Amino acid sequence: MSYIVRARGIHKHFGHLHVLKGVDLDVAERELVFVIGPSGSGKSTLLRCLNRLEEPSSGSIEVAGIDMLDARTDINHARQHIGMVFQSFNLYPHMTALGNVTLALRKVAGKSRAEADALGQAALERVGLADRATHRPLELSGGQQQRVAIARAIALEPKVMLFDEPTSALDPELVGSVLAVMRSLRDSGMTMIVVSHEMGFARAAADRVVFMDDGLIVEQGPPARIFESPAHERTRAFIGQIQRH
Amino acid sequence: MSRWDKFLDTFFNARVMAKYLPDILEGTVLTIELALLIVLSGLLAGLVLALIRSLGVRPVNWLIIFVVDLFRSLPPLVVIVLIYFGLPSAGLSPSAFVSTWLSLALVLMAFAEEIFWAGITSVPKGQWEASRSTGLGFGQTLMNVVLPQALRLTIAPLTNRTIAITKGTALGTVVALHEILGMASSAVSNSYNPSPLVMGAAAYLVLFVPVVVGARWIETRFAWKR
Repeated sequence: MSYIVRARGIHKHFGHLHVLKGVDLDVAERELVFVIGPSGSGKSTLLRCLNRLEEPSSGSIEVAGIDMLDARTDINHARQHIGMVFQSFNLYPHMTALGNVTLALRKVAGKSRAEADALGQAALERVGLADRATHRPLELSGGQQQRVAIARAIALEPKVMLFDEPTSALDPELVGSVLAVMRSLRDSGMTMIVVSHEMGFARAAADRVVFMDDGLIVEQGPPARIFESPAHERTRAFIGQIQRH
Repeated sequence: MSRWDKFLDTFFNARVMAKYLPDILEGTVLTIELALLIVLSGLLAGLVLALIRSLGVRPVNWLIIFVVDLFRSLPPLVVIVLIYFGLPSAGLSPSAFVSTWLSLALVLMAFAEEIFWAGITSVPKGQWEASRSTGLGFGQTLMNVVLPQALRLTIAPLTNRTIAITKGTALGTVVALHEILGMASSAVSNSYNPSPLVMGAAAYLVLFVPVVVGARWIETRFAWKR
């Protein structure tokens, strides 16, 4: 099996807080890994360590064959291979949807404006928003904004996509449209790591569910096993709580 | 002579006004030149300082904060006098024009830096993260993502401050600068009639009312766009 992500012994301290206490995570090509766990368990921090938005305190991280923690690694180049989608979308409010998608294509991937516009338009097409290219973020619904954010990431043709609670800030009726886009991404063979509480989506689409608590991976396995017959008491308690809602 | 005639003769004396109009116009041209120089150099220097400050190099930032606080605290008149009367003893003799320009530009720089810096820091962290996660570097993110948003937030306080400081060109009279007020007051001394001062006030209005109105237009225009 060829792995896109290999993380070993990741520790992260925020001052006195020990947020990650030695996490190992391997993600295979085309795999969809779902990371669940109570708030404060370190799942978002783990995700943000993978593209070095957070600097891990120790450990090793390899993404698409690049040693992410090597001082000689060009981090800006490496990040092109790692798409990231945020809870709060973080679209650039002063640019159109197309402008959001094409900025990195022009400034990082070195495309001409015409090339970038064509690729950007194609990316918006993939998330079903080709007709919103000239709209500004504030003229779009939350679901549409998040889909533009996904288009912004996939336009760079990343090797892996990180989703940090992509639907948590959305009104319930808008969640479906974002999950549908994630589903089609998954069907196209994108490797994905998703931090989310969308258990229905996890059941339907994930290859593997990772349960984290208190800075450690407690257990992991196929969604059916984690959800139906978790091995650990903490997993059972967490899943019980989630499913009651 | 009625009181009304006396009033007109004192403040709106046509003969005196005609005689000194060329002087006032000359002063107006000089004031415009000076104001443009102050605005351009002051805002540019303030922006550059704010950009340097965003790099987060501590000793450099301490220096910036020190300079900025210094020129925000000193009255502009004190700066002008210090430069014009103080620097000659250090072997430099800046003209009245250069002294006034330099002083007001430094003061505007200091206030502009604080305003630009406040704008930059008010852009949410998520904007930096989104941009950096797609591979843009620090500088690219600053110029393409953060600064355009920051500048929009700074327009209102910046125009106010710019107008306030640019009006300080009148302080140049203290160092015998021949700007509007300087020309008007010497005309008053020569003619024993205050009409030139009325012309001077009119010249300031002609100069700054369009700036104030323009600023208001810019503010509303950019306020709606967000």
